[in-house]
Amino acid sequence: MLLFDFLIFRYRSPFKLHGLFVCICSITCFSGVVRGAENEPDFASSSNDSSDVRFVRDIQPIFAKHCLSCHGLDEAEGGLQFHSPETSIAAGDSGLPALVPGYPERSELIKRVTASEVELRMPPEGDRLTEDEVQQLRDWIQEGAQWETHWAYAPIDSESIHVAKDDRWGQSEIDQFVLRRLDVEGMTPSPQADKSTLIKRLYYDLIGLPPTPSQVQAFVDDPRPEAYGLLVEQLLASEHFGERWGRHWLDKARYADSDGYEKDNHRPDAWRYRDWVIHAINADMPFDQFTIEQIAGDLLPDATTMQKLATAFHRQTLTNTEGGTDQEQWRIAAVMDRTETIGSVWLGLSVGCARCHSHKYDQISHDEYYQLFAYFNNADELNSEIPRSTEKYRSIQSGLEAIAGQLKVRRKELSETIQSWLPELKKQAKKLSDVSPEYHDLLAVEARGPDGVVITEMEDGSFLVSGDNPEVAKYTIEAELDVEGVTGLQLEVLPHDSLNAGGPGRTLHGNFVLNELRLYASSSRAWESKHLMRFASAAASFAQKGWPVEGAVDGVEGAGKQGTGWAISPQFGASHVATFALQNRIDSDRHCLQIVLNHTYGSQHTIGRFRIKAITGSIGGTGMPESIQEILVQGKLDAPSVEQLVEYQLKLDDVATELKSELDALEEELKAETMKVRVIGERTVNRRATHVLARGDFKRPAGLVQPATLGTLPKIRSRSGSDTTDRLDFAEWLVSGVNPIVPRVAINHVWRHLFGSGIVPTMNDFGVRGDPPSHPDLLDHLAKKFIADGWSRKKLIEYIVKSSTYQQSSRHRPEYTETDPGNRLLHRQNRFRVEAEIIRDITLSAAGILSTKIGGPSVFPPIPESVTDLTYNSSFKWETSNGDDRFRRGLYTYFKRTAPHPNLITFDCPDSNVTNVARDRSNTPIAALVTLNNETFVEAAQAMARRILEDGDLHSDRDRLHYAIQLCIAREPQSEEIADFVNLLETSRKWYGVHADDAKQIVGDGAVEEVELSENAAWVATLRMILNLDEFITRE
Amino acid sequence: MIDFLKQRREFLTTTASGLGGMALGSMLSDDGLLGADNLADSSKEMVRKPHFEAKAKACIFIYMAGAPSQIDLFDPKPKLQELDGQKLPQEVLDKARFAFIKPDSATLMGSPRKFKNYGESGMEFSDWLPNLGGVADDLLMVRSLHSEEFNHHPGQLMMQCGVSRFGMPAMGSWIHYGLGSESKNLPGYVVLTAGRGSSGGATLYQSGFLPSSYGGVLFRNQGEPVLNLANPDGLPPQLQRAGLDALKSMNQRRYQEVHDPEIASRISNYELANRMQTAAPELIDLSKESQETLDAYGVGRTEPKKVWRGSLSHLNTYDTFARNCLLARRMVERGVRFINIIHASWDQHSELDFHLGHNAECVDQPIAALIKDLKQRGMLDSTMVVWGSEFGRTPLGENRPGRAANTGRDHHPFAYTMLLAGGGLKGGVTYGKTDELGWDIEENPVHINDLHATMLHQFGLDHLKLTYRFQGRDFRLTDVGGNVISDWIS
Repeated sequence: MLLFDFLIFRYRSPFKLHGLFVCICSITCFSGVVRGAENEPDFASSSNDSSDVRFVRDIQPIFAKHCLSCHGLDEAEGGLQFHSPETSIAAGDSGLPALVPGYPERSELIKRVTASEVELRMPPEGDRLTEDEVQQLRDWIQEGAQWETHWAYAPIDSESIHVAKDDRWGQSEIDQFVLRRLDVEGMTPSPQADKSTLIKRLYYDLIGLPPTPSQVQAFVDDPRPEAYGLLVEQLLASEHFGERWGRHWLDKARYADSDGYEKDNHRPDAWRYRDWVIHAINADMPFDQFTIEQIAGDLLPDATTMQKLATAFHRQTLTNTEGGTDQEQWRIAAVMDRTETIGSVWLGLSVGCARCHSHKYDQISHDEYYQLFAYFNNADELNSEIPRSTEKYRSIQSGLEAIAGQLKVRRKELSETIQSWLPELKKQAKKLSDVSPEYHDLLAVEARGPDGVVITEMEDGSFLVSGDNPEVAKYTIEAELDVEGVTGLQLEVLPHDSLNAGGPGRTLHGNFVLNELRLYASSSRAWESKHLMRFASAAASFAQKGWPVEGAVDGVEGAGKQGTGWAISPQFGASHVATFALQNRIDSDRHCLQIVLNHTYGSQHTIGRFRIKAITGSIGGTGMPESIQEILVQGKLDAPSVEQLVEYQLKLDDVATELKSELDALEEELKAETMKVRVIGERTVNRRATHVLARGDFKRPAGLVQPATLGTLPKIRSRSGSDTTDRLDFAEWLVSGVNPIVPRVAINHVWRHLFGSGIVPTMNDFGVRGDPPSHPDLLDHLAKKFIADGWSRKKLIEYIVKSSTYQQSSRHRPEYTETDPGNRLLHRQNRFRVEAEIIRDITLSAAGILSTKIGGPSVFPPIPESVTDLTYNSSFKWETSNGDDRFRRGLYTYFKRTAPHPNLITFDCPDSNVTNVARDRSNTPIAALVTLNNETFVEAAQAMARRILEDGDLHSDRDRLHYAIQLCIAREPQSEEIADFVNLLETSRKWYGVHADDAKQIVGDGAVEEVELSENAAWVATLRMILNLDEFITRE
Repeated sequence: MIDFLKQRREFLTTTASGLGGMALGSMLSDDGLLGADNLADSSKEMVRKPHFEAKAKACIFIYMAGAPSQIDLFDPKPKLQELDGQKLPQEVLDKARFAFIKPDSATLMGSPRKFKNYGESGMEFSDWLPNLGGVADDLLMVRSLHSEEFNHHPGQLMMQCGVSRFGMPAMGSWIHYGLGSESKNLPGYVVLTAGRGSSGGATLYQSGFLPSSYGGVLFRNQGEPVLNLANPDGLPPQLQRAGLDALKSMNQRRYQEVHDPEIASRISNYELANRMQTAAPELIDLSKESQETLDAYGVGRTEPKKVWRGSLSHLNTYDTFARNCLLARRMVERGVRFINIIHASWDQHSELDFHLGHNAECVDQPIAALIKDLKQRGMLDSTMVVWGSEFGRTPLGENRPGRAANTGRDHHPFAYTMLLAGGGLKGGVTYGKTDELGWDIEENPVHINDLHATMLHQFGLDHLKLTYRFQGRDFRLTDVGGNVISDWIS
């Protein structure tokens, strides 16, 4: 019974109102019981006598206001601190106890706050305590000076979270709590909203899209009692649910597509986190798991790539790449942001104040801040390879596994049939060991390139390339051998004065890329039976970084940086030699060679002069490895040796080679199917110790701290049983169910999305200075149920929207304007304007042009040119998306932090620089201009005109207007409402009938065939205003 | 019919009834809906009473993003000239922090500028600022500003928001929040820009945790002055009016049905938007200004055709900046509370002589003309003009590797100069003093929080009382600091 009797007490704190009213309030509240126009019901009030004093409600705010700045966690003037019972009751330096429970007049506290002598009175400066405040202190001490835990930190009490069914009203327990509270004020709930309002409310709230007129009709006509529940289930199952509720979460995650500071660089991978959120919410990932994966997914045992991706939550912090920055400063800034974001999002507390000093009011000490900080101080910023599409990734992966299996089988076969191939190997080894390499000129050589390219043989046997200089080129060289047992080829690339920069390549600077060298052997120059010779290895006297010679025999070509090959920058104007060792020597009957040099890089990266020789004998460091030769020569066949031989034979084996190349191709494909994503990972070596930073200054480290949570909350446990806890322990602690504040905060967030304001109105402050909950027992009832239902977000939402409280009409009730102006008692539902993204979505949807594609990289809908001019150095280019991407939902619009899309910002989309747990809902003329005149909205009106005019079922102006209005407001329009727009249509017709140029312009590109241009124009002008209806951009 | 007074009360207590900083109060009273006396303290969007009598009613804050070199403009250092090329004394070097300078090889760099005394006060300006010299006796020159921030974007947040953190309201938002706006047809806080973008972009004029209606509204240099101001092509004003009438009619019906004051607010905002459609083009139409005025500001000037690396002469900054200064005066005349003119960039790490000279020439004439113009029209007393940046530049030359010539200066947050004028501040006064090298402050240091506290004071606002509760804390523009500098006040 500590907390849950808020229903019946009178609340006097001046701290329940905020913002502009703080000054007014501090006057009215302190001057007695006067309540002004900002009057609200007494949330913590009762009609009982004034001696019913509560510590949290009455006394703690007095301490906070008058005492804690000198007698708090940081300061102990006179040896006295008022932040805990022990320190308060202890005698101060004066030897006199501040508090003597039961005896107010013997308590030094009372003496001091009432003293008139300047040297004695408290507080020494600033406002004195009011008489009311002093009386409250007296009463409290009289009653024993009991301390109690602030409601938000107290355990969830299972006793008080059930309430008996009341037959008068309500479909669920939620309603009973609401009804009970209304009863106290003698108020009644509102009737249920009509069915068309209910379906619109559910569509807007659950998927953020309007229902079509036929969906509305079907629902209205459905007499079954379960129709509402079925609709709820259907919407919860929609994939658009994840978009709608994912966007709510992205506000908290401060998600954006760019770095933030100054240059504000592009983050090409940011959207992967956004899509992770959408998927998780669609899959109804339980909120505890959702929490753990985002905070510490990387630390889970055998973390999956998706769990690692979830930690990108922490990578939404800003990055400063400005010249001359101290990177440690900005690393610490990001860790602070992580700490504070978790404070706001999960704990509902602004821990940020304690960055510089102990929090005066919420008992968060300076040290505790850095204990929380310590959980994130060793989380390093990393990139992780994450699949682009899980399905495709899985299919490639299973292909890979299948082939790896076949390779394993082949390996087994080879090791079982060792006697069949071993003699041949032995033979080769013997020959190799006998012969040192020799180089042989090729005979009867011919070389040709693409048309226009001239390849001339020079006296020294080299070839010089001249004539046309194409982007790419394939050279084919045909020759004959007069030696047997060729084991490889030597390719020399040579400089020449005729070449740019002296060669050996043909680019301006003398480089080339040999993407692929292929060798065919044949018994005649007819080439019908030519045989592709495989290379075992390659070596070069020099290779450019990133362009090793092995790339020339790896079977991969490709343009530009997509390809692989051999290049020699920056060693231009010099000769270089490459040696290619064959897997098998060339059979003696195949004495004709065809050599292909393929250059696919582009931009004239072709060889300008070269010479090719055949090699016989052993090729040093290539061909058969010495270790294999040794085994074969010595003939020892113990298990490890056999293992090595089989390994070697696998490379020569045609079946295995074939499988291997398939494997390589799939691995390439797999690589292409992944992308680098910014995530975090725990540092394992050189771990950082965490210091308290004096005044939050990274250059002023003070005492060491260990990771730990806040003293006011339940203890954290290490999962390994060790003394210290880590980030994963921390994440698990948040959602252990023992921590009472996290489910309360989570419930409050969900509640606000469904009712327009939270049960605790101060969304970002569950601390002592925040507002108390209007229905504390309801909040705890929901918290308990949320946990019992396995932290299911969908079940929670379903439970709430099925209540009568949710289904009430939102019609204002003048009789309650005085008693409950802000509707904190839920005597009705609320009307509120939808968010920036949703305004776009519903508009495009009513116009029939919304693309419903889910996920993928962010898109670039039209933006005024001048917006991006203002970015750093006017550096940002916005390439407007075409096709469907021009009409995607608002949450996919690219978010550049220094130049966000104005249509988003004007309707209060947060700037994404810090976490946001409650958006504003401003109502401004600038916003009116957006929906009236902005390109996106005018395009929508044009498209809607097409939709209406091309609809064969609509036959009259009234039909069409009726349908158009229904598309927007999801209810049957009244005839006067239609009449308003009939007038506008007529006026527009008159104008456009005689102003053809105007008509042409307003209709734009999408004129409707077989309709007069003036008629089409009149419809665009009329529908544009219907798309501006308050009722359209407001939930109901 | 419902009780209107009750409705009004409800209306005023609905947190979301922001009206975009327009003077709803005066609008409703014009419409005979509210008594004027009730306005000052009953709704957050109206004109509100200050804490005490205000000297200044409007502010023109000319923000020179990137940090101009005070040593080459305002704070002559003969000693530095003398020691040109020598090393910085070790004791100074030890406590220094640089972005780009390599301390080991850093050398002092004198300024080639010639300084001259101007006006009766003898205030000093370099030869790049002859026009500002001409209004010296109206200017308060503060040579002892210092900042805590070392990099541009954080420094700009510090100067604009008083705290170097994201999510805080800009000074313009605070003043707008504190006093509301007198303009019926224009936003209360307007931003004008010239040149290339600043490091901070839009984060420099956002409303932070204040309702978004207090954010700065960007007026454009090209095309329509406010985004989405013009009707769609082919939609004449007559049809806009007819459309708004139809819309109003249906919205009113809805209001009668559900009594939600947000609807009334929305109806008003559509009307205000419509008025702005006329007022804003009228504002930027300079055809009624005399040629003499246009010439005085330098409207129509062409940018000198000097070519240098990175030159952005296509932006035509000279003309735009002059135009912005004139527009600022016209906005003040029309009741706009706070005008922020942002000009970028003054970040001269190299080729300082060229770029700084180019910028100084760009801004010298228009700002001087603005001050003269305000004075001549009797508006300077109630209009505060502020010229400044996030920090200053080093007395050292910048020695980046591979650059032979020390022709630029690095960031210097420890001492720099700003100018103020009007709004009840003293003219002809030079405040604060730096040491002989211009490295440290010797007299009267001014923290950015002090600057803000004093500015608010002139607007009749006590910086300790102008607070907003967010996340359980009462935030203010001056964070946890700020002292009003009474020496500045006339």
